[in-house]
Amino acid sequence: MSQGAGKQRAGNEGTARPWEAARVAGNIYLAVAVLIAMLPLLLVAINTFKPHVAIVANPLSLPTSINFDNFSRAWRGGHFSTGIVNSLLLSGSTVLITLACASLAAYALARRQIRGWQAITIYFLCATTVPIQLFLFPLYFVLAKLGLIGNFLATATILSAINLPISIFLLRAYVLGIPREIDDAAFMDGATPWQTFRHVILPLMQPGLITVAIIVFLNSWNEFLITTTFQKGRGNLTMTLGYLSMNGIYATDQGAMMAGAFILVAPIIVFVLILQRFFIAGMSAGAVKG
Amino acid sequence: MARFRSVAFSHALFVAPALVVSVAIVLLPALLTLLVAFADWDGASTPTFVGLKNFQAVFSDPVFWGALFNNVQWMVIFLTIPMAIAMVAASILMRRKRSSAVFQIIFLLPYVLSPVANAVIWQNIIFDPISGLLGFVSRSWFPLFNPLTDTRTALYAVAGVDIWHFWGYLAVVFFAAMRQTPEDQLEAAFIEGASGWQVFWNVTLPNILPTVALMLVLVTIFSFLTFDYVYLITQGGPARSTEMLSTFAYAFAFTSFQVGKAATVALAMSFFGLIASLVYVRMSRSEIQL
Repeated sequence: MSQGAGKQRAGNEGTARPWEAARVAGNIYLAVAVLIAMLPLLLVAINTFKPHVAIVANPLSLPTSINFDNFSRAWRGGHFSTGIVNSLLLSGSTVLITLACASLAAYALARRQIRGWQAITIYFLCATTVPIQLFLFPLYFVLAKLGLIGNFLATATILSAINLPISIFLLRAYVLGIPREIDDAAFMDGATPWQTFRHVILPLMQPGLITVAIIVFLNSWNEFLITTTFQKGRGNLTMTLGYLSMNGIYATDQGAMMAGAFILVAPIIVFVLILQRFFIAGMSAGAVKG
Repeated sequence: MARFRSVAFSHALFVAPALVVSVAIVLLPALLTLLVAFADWDGASTPTFVGLKNFQAVFSDPVFWGALFNNVQWMVIFLTIPMAIAMVAASILMRRKRSSAVFQIIFLLPYVLSPVANAVIWQNIIFDPISGLLGFVSRSWFPLFNPLTDTRTALYAVAGVDIWHFWGYLAVVFFAAMRQTPEDQLEAAFIEGASGWQVFWNVTLPNILPTVALMLVLVTIFSFLTFDYVYLITQGGPARSTEMLSTFAYAFAFTSFQVGKAATVALAMSFFGLIASLVYVRMSRSEIQL
C-alpha cells in the first residue's frame, strides 16, 4: 500500500511500526487477491483427475489417484477434435486478415499522403468502441441469405473487422516512430511505395506485429458473441463452443466437466506464461494515457 | 511529379482493404440496423415499413425498462468495485516492484481465459448445489444458498464472476500508469514529509488521472453492452432478473425472429454507450496527433 511509502522514510527516525503494519496489510491484501484469482482454477486442477463421486463428496480434497479417463470422455463430449481444428483455422485466419489489413492501413494513415486521412482515422477511432449488437442482426441475416453461416473465413473476417481499429492504432504508433527520411531515401533509390512498405517499413514494425498477432489471436480464440452466432452447426463448433455444449448434459459427470475445462484453460495459461512479456505490454498499450 | 502522385494513389490502395472490411462488416450493417428498427422483419422475408411501432412496443414493455435498470446497476457496480480493488492492488505493487511481474500475471489470468471457460467453471465447481463449493460448504459447515437462483441476488452473483475476470486488467493498466509517475515528484513529496495517503492523493492520482478517466469511460460504454457472462450463466433469468439490453435484443433476433424490435433495442443500448463513446473519441483525438 502506498501508505507504506511515507512511513518508510519516517522509519529512519525510529518509528518503523506503522510502516511494518502497512506492509503486512499489503501482503494480506495481495494474498487474498491471489487466492481469489486462482481459486476456481485450482479447483479445476485438483478435480480434473477425480471421479464425479469424489468431487461431490468434497471438491476441496486432493485426488487419491491420477486418472486420465475424465480426459477421454471430455475430449469426446466436447467435440474437441473438431473444435481444435476450427479454432485454429478461425483464430489463425483472423490474425492473418487483421495483420495484413491493419499494417497497410497503419502505414498509409501515419504517412498522411492521402486526402481524407483525418476522416478515415476518426472513422476507425469511432469503430474502436462500436457495439457489436449495432451491426450483428442485419449482418447475420444477410450472411444467412448468402449461405455463409458456419463459413470460418466469413466469421474470421467479422472478427477481423472488430479487431482492426485497435490494431491499426497500435501499429500506427510504431510507424510514427520510424523517421520519414527512411521513406524518402527509399523513394530516391527508386523503390515503389509497395517495395518501401514491404522491405523497409514492415521489418521495422515487427515488434508491433507480434504484439498485435498475440492479442488478436487470444481475442478471437476466446470470443463468444460473434462465434456462437455465426459458427452454428455441429461441424462448425470451436473449442469453446464444443465445451459449452457439454454444460448441463454432463452435470452428473463433473470429472469430465473439469477435464474439459482443463483442456480449454491449460494451453492458454501456458501460452500466456511463455509470452508474458508481450501480454503485459500489449494489455496496457493504448490504455495508459498522459 | 507523377511519382509523387503515385505515392498518394498507392497509399490509398493500402488503406482500402481495412476500410472495405470495416465498412462492409460494421458500417453498412449498422446503417441497416437503423432502417430495420422502423420495419417489421423476420430476417428472411421482405421487411415492411411500420414507422415507430417497434419503438412504441419496446418502450411500453416493462422488461425493457427492467433490463435498462440492470444495465445502470451494472455500470454503477463496475465503476466502483473493480476500480477500487484494482487501484489498491496497483498501489501495493508500487512498493513491491521486484515481485510485481508475478502478481500481474496471476491477476491477469482470469482476464485472458475465455468467458465460456470461466462461466462454466464457476457454474459447476463454485455455484452448483451438488458439485460446487457452495453446496459442499452448505452440507459440511454452514448453510449457504445458490445466489443464481434468487431474483434478488442473481445479478450481483453474475457481476461477481465478471468482476473476478475483469479487475486484474484494471490493476495491470493502473500499475503501468503509476510507474510513469515522475520519480522527482515522489522524492519531493517524501522530503516534505507527506504521508502515504497524501502522496497517493496529491502526486500519484493526478498523474494517473487521464488513464483512470479513460477506464471510467470504457467501463461505462461496455456496461451498456455487457453480454457474455449474463448470457452464459443465467440467460437473463431467473424471472428476467438479470435481463440486460443485450440479452433482450438477442432473444428478439434469434428466438422470436422479431429483427425490427431487436434493432430497436440495439439502437437504444448503442445510444447510452454513444455518449461515453463521444467522450472517448475526444479524449483520444489529442493523443493520436490528428
